[in-house]
This record gives sequence, C-alpha cells and structure tokens, in this order.
Amino acid sequence: MKSRSQDQSLSDSRELDRSYDPLTGSTIDDAELSTVCYRPEGLDRLVQQTNFSKKELQVLYRGFKNECPSGVVNEETFKSIYSQFFPQGDSSMYAHFLFEAFDTNNNGSVSFEDFVISLSIILRGSVTDKLNWAFNLYDLNKDGCITREEMTDIMHSIYDMMGKYTYPCMKDNAPNEHVDKFFQKMDKNNDGVVTIEEFLETCQKDENIMQSMHMFDNVI
Amino acid sequence: MATGVAAWLPFARAAAIGWMPVANCPMPIAPRDNSKRQDELIILNVSGRRFQTWRTTLDRYPDTLLGSSEKDFFYNEESKEYFFDRDPDAFRSILNFYRTGKLHYPRHECISAYDEELTFFGIIPEIIGDCCYEEYKDRKRENLERLQDDQEENKDLKLPNMNFRETMWRAFENPHTSTMALVFYYVTGFFIAISVITNVVETVPCGSTANQKDMPCGERYTVAFFCMDTACVMIFTVEYLLRLFAAPSRYRFMRSVMSIIDVVAILPYYIGLVMTNNEDVSGAFVTLRVFRVFRIFKFSRHSQGLRILGYTLKSCASELGFLLFSLTMAIIIFATVMFYAEKGSSSSKFTSIPASFWYTIVTMTTLGYGDMVPKTIAGKIFGSICSLSGVLVIALPVPVIVSNFSRIYHQNQRADKRRAQKKARLARIRISKSSSANAFLQSKRNGLLNELLELTDTEEDEQKLSKSISLLESQHHHLLHCLEKTTAHEFVDEQLYEQNCLETAIQTYPSRSPSITSHDSSVGTCCGRRVKRDTPLPNSSLPSTHPVATHQSPLQELSAIHIQCGDPPSHGASRSNLNLKTDNSGRTNCQGGRITTAIISLPTPPALTPDGDGLHGPPQRRPPPPPGHPATPSIQTTTSSAGINIIKVSAL
Repeated sequence: MKSRSQDQSLSDSRELDRSYDPLTGSTIDDAELSTVCYRPEGLDRLVQQTNFSKKELQVLYRGFKNECPSGVVNEETFKSIYSQFFPQGDSSMYAHFLFEAFDTNNNGSVSFEDFVISLSIILRGSVTDKLNWAFNLYDLNKDGCITREEMTDIMHSIYDMMGKYTYPCMKDNAPNEHVDKFFQKMDKNNDGVVTIEEFLETCQKDENIMQSMHMFDNVI
Repeated sequence: MATGVAAWLPFARAAAIGWMPVANCPMPIAPRDNSKRQDELIILNVSGRRFQTWRTTLDRYPDTLLGSSEKDFFYNEESKEYFFDRDPDAFRSILNFYRTGKLHYPRHECISAYDEELTFFGIIPEIIGDCCYEEYKDRKRENLERLQDDQEENKDLKLPNMNFRETMWRAFENPHTSTMALVFYYVTGFFIAISVITNVVETVPCGSTANQKDMPCGERYTVAFFCMDTACVMIFTVEYLLRLFAAPSRYRFMRSVMSIIDVVAILPYYIGLVMTNNEDVSGAFVTLRVFRVFRIFKFSRHSQGLRILGYTLKSCASELGFLLFSLTMAIIIFATVMFYAEKGSSSSKFTSIPASFWYTIVTMTTLGYGDMVPKTIAGKIFGSICSLSGVLVIALPVPVIVSNFSRIYHQNQRADKRRAQKKARLARIRISKSSSANAFLQSKRNGLLNELLELTDTEEDEQKLSKSISLLESQHHHLLHCLEKTTAHEFVDEQLYEQNCLETAIQTYPSRSPSITSHDSSVGTCCGRRVKRDTPLPNSSLPSTHPVATHQSPLQELSAIHIQCGDPPSHGASRSNLNLKTDNSGRTNCQGGRITTAIISLPTPPALTPDGDGLHGPPQRRPPPPPGHPATPSIQTTTSSAGINIIKVSAL
C-alpha cells in the first residue's frame, strides 16, 4: 500500500485498536468491546435482500472483511481504497459522494449490508433502479432535485480523478462546460434544477446511457 | 495499483455508475471474464504441511510464483495439490503476505534462507512491511559484510596471471601474503617510528656546551639529525613512488587519504632543501617542520585500530558536527552572559566577549584552569550554570560515537576471528569431501581387483572385495567413470600422482595451445577410435570440438604414445576450490604415458574436482576441472584390457 497520511494511519490503527468505536469516535475500554465488532446479518437474509447468489456474497464478504476487519467501512478507509484505483488523480471528493450514497442510514459508516445492497442495485438491478441510484448519488442534499451547484461539485470531483497529465490538456472550465451541456440536455423546463422525472425521461431516451447501464451486468 | 485491494475492484467498477449519465459519448465495451471460474480452494503442500487458500487470494499478486501460471509446474495430478519442497516455516510468512498484503520477516529465520525463499516465490523483499523492514535490512547488511570479508580472503589466493605490478600492489596492501611484503611492512614501520622519535628528541635540551647555554639536541648534533631525517625521507619517498607505480588506478591512489598523508610527511623536507637559509623564510621553514609530525599518521597503515578510529570518526560526522554546533552555541551564550556580568567588577579579566570564550570553554569542559575567575555574585552564579550545562552538552553525543566505534571494532574483531577459523574449517571440509572421492577410487580399485581376480580365477578373494554399495553411489561412480572414459583419463589420489610425477620421463609436450586453454577438449583415441569428446560439463564455454580436432591431429600423428604436460588451470574461487586438494596453479603435470602392467592409474591431477562436478554442477561459471590428464593406460593385463586400454591421448 502506498504511504498514507498520518491521519489515515492513525485512524487505521484506531480502527484496528479494538477499543475504538467508529460510530461514536471515542475510545472505549475493554468492557464495552462488544459494540465494536460489527457482524452482518445472516447469509440467507442477504441472499433474499439482494440479487447476489450465495457464492458471490461469500466472495464479496471475504474481500470486504479483509480490508475492514472490524466489519464496517468508515469514510477514510473508503477514500483510501478508492484512491488505490486512481493513482494519478485525486479521487477523494468523488469517494466522499459515493460514501454518502452508500451510507443509506447516514451514520458515518458503511456496513456490509449497505455495501452489498447498493452493489446489488448497481450491478443486478433494473435499469430504472440503476438510474435512480445514480440520481441519488448526484442529489447531494437528497431533496429530490439536482441543482446546478450540486452538479458542478460532482463534475469537478469526476474531473479531479483524471489528474494533471491528460491529453488534451485539462482546461479549467472543462467541468463547467460539461455541466452546462448536462443541464441543457436534462433540464427540460429550464427551471435550473433537474428532477428525478426529467432525469429518468432523458436518460431513457438516450441510447448511450442505456448502453452503458448494461455494462454493469458482468462486473461480478 | 496495490493488488491487495483487487477484491474491491467490483465496487470501484460499480461506482462508475455515477459517470454514466453525464457522459456525452458511449462507454467502451467492458472486458468479459470468460473463464467464469468459481473461486476454489487451492491446497499448497509444502514439505508435507498443507496450506489452503482461495485461488483469488493467490491471484492478488500475479507477478509472483503462486499468483501466476508458474505454479502449474508444481501441480501434482494424483493428489490434486501443489507441492513445494521448501521450508514450511518460511512459507507461512509468504502465504500471509498474500492474505494480508503485508510481508513480515520472522526474526528467528536466517536472513539468507529467507531471501532464498523470497526469490523462489518471486517476491521482492522491498515490500516487507515497515514493522519488519529495519530488522531485515540490518541483518542483510551484516550478512553482506560477512560475505565481503570472505571474498577478501579469497582474493588472497594467488592468481596465476598477475603481473609484477599487481603482485607488488597486493604485497603492499596485504603484508601477510609474502615474506618480502612482510619485510617491507616492518621496515617502513620501523622507519616511521625512528622518524617520529627523532623529531621528538630533536627538541630536547641536550646539556650545555662550553660557550652556549642549553641547546636542544637538534642544534647540537645538526648533522646527525639531518642524516637521520634524510634517510627516513628517502625511505618514505621510495615507498611512495613504489606504491604510486603499483597502484591499479593512480589517480584514485593519489586522491586517497593515506597517500596525502605520505606526501605531507615528506614534502617539508624537500621544501626545506629547496629553500635557502634566509632569515625571513626561516620562520616559515620552522612552521613546515610541524608537518613532519604527520608522519605518525602513516602508522595507520600498520594499525587496524587507528583505521577503525578514523573510520568511526568519519561515520559519526553528523554527531560530531552536532556536538560542535551545540558547544559553539553554548559558548557564545555563556561568554556573553559572563562578560556582561563581570563588566562591573574592577580588574576583571573578562575584557571582551571573545576573551570570555576562553573562560567558557575551560569551564564547560570542566577543565577549570583558574586563570580567569568570576568575581561578582552574578558572575559566579552564571559560571556555575555554565559548568553544569557543559557536562550535559558534551555527554550527549559521546555515547553515539562510542557505540559506533564499538560496533565497527567488534565487526573487525569478528572478521579476524572468522579468518582464523576459516583455515581450520576449510581443512575439515576438505577432509570430509575427500572421503567421498576416495570412495570412488576405492570402488574402482575394488572393481579392478575384481577383474584381475576374475582373470586369475581366484574366487574366494572376490567375495571379500565386492562391497555392497547403494544405488546412488553406484550411479555416481558410473558418472565419474563416464567422465573418465570421456576424457580418457582417470582419477587417482595424491600420493600416486606425485609418485608418478617424479618418475616420469621422456618428452614433455607443451600441449597447451593458447586458444584452448582450459577447455579440455581432449580428443582421445580410445581403443583406436577417435572419440569426440562430448563435454559433460555444464558451463564450459567450449567452442565446437572441430577446431580442437584440427589442433589435435598433428600431435596425434606425431607419436602414438606420448606424454603430455597439461597445465590445468585453477582459477576462480568457487566451491570447486574446496574440492581441490592441490593447488594446480602453474604446475605442469608431467606424466608418464607408460604402459605398465600395474594396476595403477596414471598420474592425474587431483581427483576431487570431478567430484564437485558430478555432484553439484558448478554454481558459478568456472572452467571445467583440470584435465590435463595424459594417457592413462591403467590396466594392462596379461590378456586383454578391459575397457581402459588406452592411451595415447593428447590432452590439452
């Protein structure tokens, strides 16, 4: 693993230190150990709740548990894992948004169930579900509509992942231009926000997007 | 990408859903995993201990043995497992690396064994985790130093092809290699001592003469001292020039510390010669004499301890620098304070801050001469603080320097000890190796005797001689036998060889043609046929035997039975050296190609080398073993010769 920041290693060691409660962020002593190690619900229940087979869930859990032995992922770990896949750029913002999307009950950590349920939607869900999930990702404050600012943030975070060394050279207003194009396409009634209906409608009519949604069919 | 998180790749790919709706162009086609392999358990059988893991765990690091298809070579069909004949304890940490992504170095493992395991499994040691990396590096460094010491020892073996210059250089650097070198070493040491003593005695007052008062000896016996000085400087000059001549890289030699000391030691004399006895320059001349004392540093060539000290100081440069810096800071601070504190008092010696430096230094190093003493109360208070802090400031870096010195010194002690032990070790190893070679000779003798007895029909004795030997031994002996047949020479032991060397007669053919030095392609006439030698020796960079053959033919025709002198090479320090009983360098084997009726194999150089050959196969590149064996008609029995009827082989 590449070198992590001091904070990261500190949080990691605190995570591995069993007396640290990631939920409350405080160090507890051994007496209250039981609250820390998080276990997912039974395999069978998860099979029911998601569209994964038993074997797939096993593989997923093994990978999950290996990286997060305590059973939950906090945002720092999430970011560091995600950054491993994008060494050139800065993926922290996008990872942050992802984390928000995965963390459905907003408690600052992603358990295996959250993780696997979201994955199930993205990889095995219907196209509508996938689009819904994407909308949920974009809608940062979860108020049902994507504003221009939200979209700009998302766009910047995506472009940040590219890093500096790109061809052609990355211009500073590229994300903003892209946001404009997006709003042109999506915002039908030109009210400055994109609602879920507009989003779904536009996406279903766009061939490229439909095509790309099917890309996820074979990820696992 | 750290493949440790390869398991999260599906998640990363799923997260790309955020990019889809905003993309303006179609996405590329995703790669399909056609091998739809279910994750399965792999059994790794390491010397009997079974480890099991998932296939995907191993696949995390595809550039290692276990993660790539290389492990298929170790797959055992019957038991459906991968079998590795390696150390199971070391394997534990290797498998843990796959599981956790961190490689740990178990402290109880030997460093070279662990390194070997890592190399075998294709894992680079640089990824050892931070927790264990320091320890690993330290031990590796120690090991390396140990190996270097050993290599230096091997360098002492005389290489046969050293020219005069190289011999001289070696003599200078390692006095114990030859007597001349030792003599030279002691002579120079003696003269350095003489020179230093002369310098010292020169200044001692020698008693008064009639008209003058006490004079130093130097002025009284000017001529004598001058002669001494001249002699010493001449010796040093000669030594320096010789070293300069012999040095392999003159430029580097001239830049080295020792040579600079040499130059500084002898230069004042020459400058003094050149300069006139002018009053003006005599002051400078006197200063130059000071440099004569640097001759004492020449002793560092003679003393290991001095060199270690110098090396320690060099390696502790940063600590020394820190010491100096902190001392300077403290001196300035306290000098200033003392100056202002003592400013008021009358007749104070603290006339300026630089003047107070002297007081501060003397106090901080706890010398306390007492020539400058504070008189005011404030002065005394600050003076005591100064002396207390002085102790602290000095005491801090000193242990670091001391520990460094101790470490280096002990290393050197270890090296010396190892050197002393090495001779005994090698001797013991040689003895144990020779026994196995002797077994071959013994069995051969038995075999020959058996044949003889067969022919002479004495059955009873036959039983006595036929010992039962294991399959392995017999195969080994067969191998050596094949070698003998191939080269048409035989193995003998040492005494026989030397015996025959003394007895040989007749012509000695310098059989060595320069182009085919160690490549003993001996094309032998075996039983009248030409045997094209098929070299069984690995690594022998033998050109095709054809050119050899052409060389051979004239010789072949010249004499049916002739004696060759081969000059077997024996360079290269390698494992085979341990096997060599005798040092073949430069010795020509003059042997007799006499056809005798004796059941003796004719003289050949040490029988042990093929031993190493057959068993180990050279680990490094080395020339094939000395085969300057000449004809060996080993058995000529009355009737016919069984296999080894041969003869006239010219060996090159």
